[in-house]
Amino acid sequence: MTGLEVENLSVRYGAVEAVRGLSLEVRPGQIVGLIGPNGAGKSSTLHAIMGSAPITGGDVRLDGTSIVGRRPEEVARRGVALVPEGRRIFGELTVDENLRLGLAGRSARTNGDGLARAHELFPILREFRSRQAGVLSGGQQQQLAIGRALAADPEILLLDEPSLGLAPKIVDIVFEALTQIRDAGLAVLLVEQRAQRTVALADVSHVLANGELRLTLGSKDAADTERLVAAYLA
Amino acid sequence: MILGILSLQPLTWPTVATALALGGVYALMAVGIGLVFGVLRLVNFAYGQLIMAGGYALAYGSLWNFATWQSILLCFGVVLVLTVLMDRLVFRPLRTSSPTVMLVATFAVAFLLQNIALLKFGPLSKNVGSLAQLNAPWDIFGVQIKEIAVLAVVTALGCLFILQLLLTRTPLGLHMRAAAMDFRTARLLGVRANRVIGAAVIISGLLAATSAVFLSVQENSISSTFGLQDTIIVLAGVVVGGMNRPIPATLGGFSIGFATGILGGVLPADKTQYLTSFIFAAVIVVLLVRPNGLFTRGGGAVERV
Repeated sequence: MTGLEVENLSVRYGAVEAVRGLSLEVRPGQIVGLIGPNGAGKSSTLHAIMGSAPITGGDVRLDGTSIVGRRPEEVARRGVALVPEGRRIFGELTVDENLRLGLAGRSARTNGDGLARAHELFPILREFRSRQAGVLSGGQQQQLAIGRALAADPEILLLDEPSLGLAPKIVDIVFEALTQIRDAGLAVLLVEQRAQRTVALADVSHVLANGELRLTLGSKDAADTERLVAAYLA
Repeated sequence: MILGILSLQPLTWPTVATALALGGVYALMAVGIGLVFGVLRLVNFAYGQLIMAGGYALAYGSLWNFATWQSILLCFGVVLVLTVLMDRLVFRPLRTSSPTVMLVATFAVAFLLQNIALLKFGPLSKNVGSLAQLNAPWDIFGVQIKEIAVLAVVTALGCLFILQLLLTRTPLGLHMRAAAMDFRTARLLGVRANRVIGAAVIISGLLAATSAVFLSVQENSISSTFGLQDTIIVLAGVVVGGMNRPIPATLGGFSIGFATGILGGVLPADKTQYLTSFIFAAVIVVLLVRPNGLFTRGGGAVERV
């Protein structure tokens, strides 16, 4: 397993070039942060990896095999799970049904018990299993969204702003869970707005602006706000 | 009141039975239309022509002296092949188009098929021969009820029960429900679009064939416009019930079929041509009062933070 490799990736929506020549790698057991201002191309990068945004150049490889041109469901079934922005919970389905939907990405690739892992990581998902997902709080829905992604027993976990709109206490739960997920050997690519926390958590963080890579930071650089701010404003 | 002036006929048990049967068949059609709408966001206006094709299959089956079960098999075969062709040649290529384009495309398919039938089978209507014997009455506790009405109610209940199991107890059903709510997210989770759409289309075809059998027996006169009016009424029923969810759509289909059956029975013979006017007046009133549908809970789930 070599994880996820993005090489010289470009994404274009009509005349708008959302991502320009981005390269990054996420190895198993590693969290890579992707931060930057709004419209920097962070979400576009995740969607390009999933096959749901138009790639105009470059390559995306999963364990050395290119997945460019694959449909989103195929990418998911090959072991890449996305926790989408805004959580995208199925509010009319139960918590359990939402988790079981995550099994759609499992295919025959793995026989790991992703559901058990999700329950272990987020006990409320077991407690509220037969509740309608739409009535959960925002923090609970976020845990459900991550649990649903883990149900597929993925190798690569992509997260699109998981802390958005959550209370600080809940953000702690989510970030702590990401640490555990990394320690379980997954490759985690984390798109975030909370720059400093992300840099502190991630093994490597890339600052993206205008679709381009501006700066790469290690976890020790979290205190170095000057460089961070400079990269944001550049 | 207007209804008083009409001097209504008394409501009888056979009328209720016929209305229940029509409600059952319309419920099946409603599910067929609703399932495809769920995954393709496409209102299949050509659903009636599937039923017409099934009707002709039954009529020709009887013409060629097929046994009843052979005719029914032919009906299912013809309708299924046509459904799959419609899906492959029209629906899927247009899947990413706007809903308007898809709606107009299904109009085109509907009129195309209707006119092909007119050219091929002529303007005279055909009957379904031996199958019409199912219109014979059964004596149930002293009430004369048509055999076909009982069969229709039982079959509809059976189909809906199986469908409910499929939708709530199997992974495929879960995927279909999720796709109907948010297809994009469902695909990102690994739900295979082609499989879900294929399943919805096949089931909708099976339901069209089933409906074709019952409607053919009840009306026993197959022409190129067969199934057209039923489909328009069912579409109204589906909208009234709530388009997007299987159960409200089913209830909508049933209600409008039941209402049509009852009205058809109690209206005096010289006023039955106004039947659809009454039904659609009721549709307008319901939509004014409950724009989201008669059987939907308002609002749905909200996004929480």
